[in-house]
Amino acid sequence: MDILVVLEDKNGMIHRMSQEAITGAQRIGSEFNLSVGILAMGGNAAALSDQAAQYDVNEVLTLENEHLNHYTADGYGAAVAQVVTNENPKYVFFGHTYQVRDYVPRVSAKLKRPFLNDAVSYSSEGGNPVFSKQVLNAKLVAALQPNDGGTILISFQSAAFSSENIQSGSANVRSISVDIDSAEIKTVTEDPFQEEAGGVDLSSAELIVSIGRGIGKEENILLAQELANTIGAEIASSRPVVDSGWLPSHHQVGSSGQTVSPKLYLALGISGAIQHVVGMKGSKNIVVINKDPDAPLFELADYGVVGDMLEIVPKLTEALDR
Amino acid sequence: MKICVLVKQVPGSEAQFSVSADGSWIQETGLPFEMNESDNYALEEALQIREQKDEGEVVVVSLGPDRCQKVIREALAKGADRAIHIKEDAPYNTDPFSIATALANTIKDEKFELVLSGLQSDDLGFGQTGVILGEILGMTTATLVVGTEIQDGKIKVKRELESGWFQWQTMDLPASLAIQSGLNQPRYPSLKGIMGAKKKEIKESLFVDMCDIDGLQSFNGLSVQRAEKQTEMIEGTVDQVVSKLVDVFKNEIRIN
Repeated sequence: MDILVVLEDKNGMIHRMSQEAITGAQRIGSEFNLSVGILAMGGNAAALSDQAAQYDVNEVLTLENEHLNHYTADGYGAAVAQVVTNENPKYVFFGHTYQVRDYVPRVSAKLKRPFLNDAVSYSSEGGNPVFSKQVLNAKLVAALQPNDGGTILISFQSAAFSSENIQSGSANVRSISVDIDSAEIKTVTEDPFQEEAGGVDLSSAELIVSIGRGIGKEENILLAQELANTIGAEIASSRPVVDSGWLPSHHQVGSSGQTVSPKLYLALGISGAIQHVVGMKGSKNIVVINKDPDAPLFELADYGVVGDMLEIVPKLTEALDR
Repeated sequence: MKICVLVKQVPGSEAQFSVSADGSWIQETGLPFEMNESDNYALEEALQIREQKDEGEVVVVSLGPDRCQKVIREALAKGADRAIHIKEDAPYNTDPFSIATALANTIKDEKFELVLSGLQSDDLGFGQTGVILGEILGMTTATLVVGTEIQDGKIKVKRELESGWFQWQTMDLPASLAIQSGLNQPRYPSLKGIMGAKKKEIKESLFVDMCDIDGLQSFNGLSVQRAEKQTEMIEGTVDQVVSKLVDVFKNEIRIN
């Protein structure tokens, strides 16, 4: 195949960002006449492969190996490098997840192939896709150019493609294997854990009221909370609010918190650092209230208000409560 | 324990950028430059490990133009023992694989047990250099590291996963770790440290002499990020703004 999408396992389900990568592969595949394959690997490879076979792609590869049952950068790096060598795709697509950031540079170094990471968009040049990434605190965009014509590894930023546009179909499944020497696995992983139990699942929330540093002080969170209660929204925040200890970390949206895509994301006093933006840019409607007219988050807003949230929010709550 | 810390100098987070006349990079004149944020945490972690063990050496390695001397001196003032400066006037014309190769050639004979780097640079944001360096030198690797515990011949690290999850993993040494911001409290240099830094060794080499391969990728065309959306700005008195927001919520977004 021409494009190979490597899936990430999320408790037996295909990771949302892998679905976005499949969507991207389908779109780029049809635009540039490239065939698409999907690689399901690890302890849940069979379950992932069943799900992947429901999509409109040419082929699904299933890879099971005792050294891949638990994630290690040693094992996953070695396995993906071997699969890429054997299948020789033109492009290998990933979601730009934390796991991908951890092991795909190893694949790049093993194969001496470029890893164009965190791509946000593509364009067409000379009949080929050219991928771009954000640089310098997302203030500039640069095209990433491989220096020769071999396989390219590419990871896509969250919401570069919308998984709602994924095309269903049916695909053949082929089992493949790799040789991993147990001496290569020099890492032992323990089970994942959460530091605070009882978190809210913001990823399925329809309405989110989110607060940032601009809220000023801890007491003002109550204003946002009252607005959220009135419209039945969940409360979320950017990292500074959590770092200040004003909200528990499970309310955090962004690269080190949750990724959300609600119908309404109301951002109160959030300036829009890239670490926050990647967690919420997939929201359907973004409304930004901020005192600073230069806050970068206004660029993403559907509706923007330059003003003091402390004046606006209580009156908004009152008006919506009627 | 002998520890290498990779430190990069980047434009400050408040900097405003304009693209240079030839379009290859930004105009650097007048920009504030500082130590990359997560590299500062990596340096602090290295200094704390050395202090816990009360032995060992912390060596700072930086790649870039002459202006990098400022962050090198800062790291030495905070307590690093010595430094290596790989000189390159246009590091943005290279790629993570070339840089990691130059670093590997520079440090391979030093036999470091630990290489610490920041998770990613705030300017280019590849987040690959430390991991590729580890792979080239046959080290174990881990990223998003938010805690370290040195054990006998191994290191146990706490990694940040997504959505508020974490994981411990135990790795063979030598290891290359990419450090996440926030895991410690980086120190400020003391006056004594600043004075002492002047006597510490900074070994210099040239990137062109240390990198013996062709790069894998390059930047092609730099442009200002364009607004992704048409934003409707709501203006007026507080009451007007509130009434328009209620209308948008109920009739456009349909929040009920």
